[in-house]
Amino acid sequence: MAWFKKNKQPKAPITGEDRTVIPEGLWVKCDSCKEIIYRKEVLARANVCPKCNYHFRISARERLAALFDNGIYEELDLGIVATDPLRFTDTKPYKDRLKQYREKTGMEDAVINAAGRMGGSPVVISAMEYAFMGGSMGSVVGEKIALNVERALERRHPLIVISASGGARMQEGVLSLMQMAKISSLLGKLDDASIPYLSILTDPTTGGVTASFAMLGDLNIAEPRALIGFAGPRVIEQTIRQKLPEGFQRSEFLLEHGMVDLIFERKEMREKLITCLRLLMDPVPAEPALPAGS
Amino acid sequence: MASMEEQDFEKPIEDLTRRIEELSGFGAQQGREREIKKLQDRLQRLREEIYAKLTPWQATLVARHPQRPYPADYIETLFTDFIEFHGDRKFADDPAILAGFAMFHETPVAVIGHQKGRDTKEKIRRNFGMPRPEGYRKALRIMKMAEKFGRPVLTFIDTPGAYPGIGAEERGQAEAIAVNLREMSRLKVPIIVTITGEGGSGGALALGVGDHIQILAHSIYAVISPEGCAAILWKSNEKKQEAARALKLTAPDLKKLGIVDEIVPEPPGGAHAHRERMFEILERVLQRNLESLRSRDMADLLAGRHAKFRAMGSVKIL
Repeated sequence: MAWFKKNKQPKAPITGEDRTVIPEGLWVKCDSCKEIIYRKEVLARANVCPKCNYHFRISARERLAALFDNGIYEELDLGIVATDPLRFTDTKPYKDRLKQYREKTGMEDAVINAAGRMGGSPVVISAMEYAFMGGSMGSVVGEKIALNVERALERRHPLIVISASGGARMQEGVLSLMQMAKISSLLGKLDDASIPYLSILTDPTTGGVTASFAMLGDLNIAEPRALIGFAGPRVIEQTIRQKLPEGFQRSEFLLEHGMVDLIFERKEMREKLITCLRLLMDPVPAEPALPAGS
Repeated sequence: MASMEEQDFEKPIEDLTRRIEELSGFGAQQGREREIKKLQDRLQRLREEIYAKLTPWQATLVARHPQRPYPADYIETLFTDFIEFHGDRKFADDPAILAGFAMFHETPVAVIGHQKGRDTKEKIRRNFGMPRPEGYRKALRIMKMAEKFGRPVLTFIDTPGAYPGIGAEERGQAEAIAVNLREMSRLKVPIIVTITGEGGSGGALALGVGDHIQILAHSIYAVISPEGCAAILWKSNEKKQEAARALKLTAPDLKKLGIVDEIVPEPPGGAHAHRERMFEILERVLQRNLESLRSRDMADLLAGRHAKFRAMGSVKIL
């Protein structure tokens, strides 16, 4: 007789993309130091672990709310969606994947375009959403960032792009690849027009996103300990058949090698960005207030 | 097994070629010549048939064929007075990219191409055509020099991709590629891009922004290799053929998607089967396109280049 028969299956470990989402509840476990920490304390510190300063992955909306004055911004370029141009199917049709991520995140694709003010001056921001298919860049991400670069050009407002992406979206094949050229070419125009572009690199920023707009900022600014690179660590390990050194491809490594200008802690990000922008560009004369809402 | 057949599509061609060689080996005998001629005609038809309906995976194999002409072969054959320039003036010279100036007919031009290497020793030296950041920076240096001296730029793409290594990351592989994309988009001389073999993702695109993008008929261009795609999305290396199909990486697909402007035909049996014929074809195409680009106003050319890439992608507006 099994007196202690288990009725419940053991809980499956949380894996993959859901891993870093802060679970509901009073306590959370830090992904980095594994300490159990009080959730409110993490939230009070802008989703940063009080023990080890690990910056939890946060959503594009949370980032936008944290950067704009009073958290107020106008969301732009809504209603632009993917078309599945290759009719791509791997283990699951791309169409189904898109649907699933739309439901899960409430977003149309992996980037939000916004305009608002920072320190009273107008600025346009594109923020990538890692929770939407790993922040992968397909035609929609490419198109929306392109639209925001054009907006920055037209209005002569500074541009900020917050990257969080595994790279190009394989399901749109070479069309995804071309988004790199499309955005970089527009950034050339922004550069010619002397309009500041700040690239914010968050955990993780890899592949085609790094190899295009994320590395082209007048200033490249990283969050602490974010994974930033061209090839992913696994690909490199498989290629060279060696273990990678500790801290490889983290923000601090890139700073040391001269690839990023600065590392800003999340809690100081907004104020320091405002300062950077002031140093780069004279304030734009005040315009009629932007419509409120987010 | 279907997959084996898909791999061995050239076997009938090889078998027939061997038979012709064996027959020819007996010396000229009465009646033999007629038989050989008949077999040669059959070989030609066989090549045409097989190469007319390559699957995407087979096209990948042809694009990587060890006997396929490489950028260095085109540079050597189609140009005169080629002088290779070395180094990025920052860190090193990267043998995975060839760059220099040469004469194309009567026109001085800059030529830049990936180079995989033929034998083992050269392959290692050239890192199998996988550039490191200094390769892309050398390419950019030569392009800037071309701009300074008003020389058109012709690039030839044939790479598995940018090298994923520790040193490459330390020295900013991503930054080197990104800067090339931005600078090529505003380089004030005409740029013709020819994909002659494997167009491997960002490592290819870093030489791939231009006014006229053309691809040899059996070349490929993709965001990731079929093997890499299969490993990530199917979690199985066995699915590379399916991945090749799904990625739409063949020349006709790329034309349909608006990625390339022109498909350069290859002789039946592929560029490696008739190298001389391939050189002739590409020479003529390059000449025509260079003439047409050189006759155009630079501002107009830059606007067109920009508009071409601006239009790439497929979205729906709700």
